[in-house]
Amino acid sequence: MRFAWPLALFAVLVVLLGIGLTRDPRLVPSPLIGKAAPAFELPTVADPARRLRGTDLRGRPYLLNVWASWCVACRAEHPLLLALAKRDVVELVGLNYKDERGAASAWLGRHGNPYRVSLYDAEGRLGLDLGVYGVPETFLIDGAGVVRYKHVGPLDEAVIADELLPAIEDLGDG
Amino acid sequence: MAESDAWRHHVRAMVLLVLVSAGVRAADLPLGFDDPALHGRYEHLLDELRCMVCQNQSLADSHADLAQDMRNLVHQMLAEGRSDREVIDFLVERYGDFVLYRPPLGATTVALWTGPFVLLIAAAVVVFRRRRSVAAPPLDDAERARLAALLERAADGDRERPQA
Repeated sequence: MRFAWPLALFAVLVVLLGIGLTRDPRLVPSPLIGKAAPAFELPTVADPARRLRGTDLRGRPYLLNVWASWCVACRAEHPLLLALAKRDVVELVGLNYKDERGAASAWLGRHGNPYRVSLYDAEGRLGLDLGVYGVPETFLIDGAGVVRYKHVGPLDEAVIADELLPAIEDLGDG
Repeated sequence: MAESDAWRHHVRAMVLLVLVSAGVRAADLPLGFDDPALHGRYEHLLDELRCMVCQNQSLADSHADLAQDMRNLVHQMLAEGRSDREVIDFLVERYGDFVLYRPPLGATTVALWTGPFVLLIAAAVVVFRRRRSVAAPPLDDAERARLAALLERAADGDRERPQA
């Protein structure tokens, strides 16, 4: 059994690397989970004169979905967002990121609008405060304004069923 | 001769190109600062911060939109008189430790920093151990006689059969 040790080490390495292969190395965990969402005061896409503050959204949990008309992956998740909005499980608030108001409105008109309102973050400062690095991103923010969950990249059925909905349910218990 | 002149000209051009490109940074950098001390801090910070989109590049090198936003932020904060620490803390608060191009040494990263050295030492130990144990014990007289006889027979065998 001269090779017992190297073999054991190799087996451990295979398992670790195998697990590693199933993960996406580009995903970065958010340091905001459990912390208060950053304060903001932004105009909306629909009405430039209307300004919305973070405190205005308190009282009920909501999904903050970062999207843009130039974002291709957003197209993929959009039908799921529309379906989610229809189910009336949680409110959706859009964060239109580094976009142009006309293009953004047109995009919502063409593909449907699941959002109660869409914030217009033309310069991306709120995006920076939220640690956004890959559009689309989705945050679950509870009624007290605390970030409870974040998903980077387009949502899919599995993520919604296995992560998002349970996270929303957990809010009800907390 | 004209040919070798052209060759040398090409080589010189290539060397110049390589040397110049070594100093090039992303072209859309904000211009930086007139104050050399501030500018030095600015460039240092850009080297120490990671572009979150092109995650293997620093803010100094990345052309991504987000990198430009982050550079503008660093520039703005420095112009406001913030310290290097404040700029770094601001970004780490929002993006996590991963925004630091050089991973900090902490409980979670100690394996990352020391791993290669630990492995190297372990490998060296294993190699040296094996070398010592593989060295065969010396032969006693009976075994030496057997060895001589075996070698004789092998030599005879070689003489009868020419090497293929």
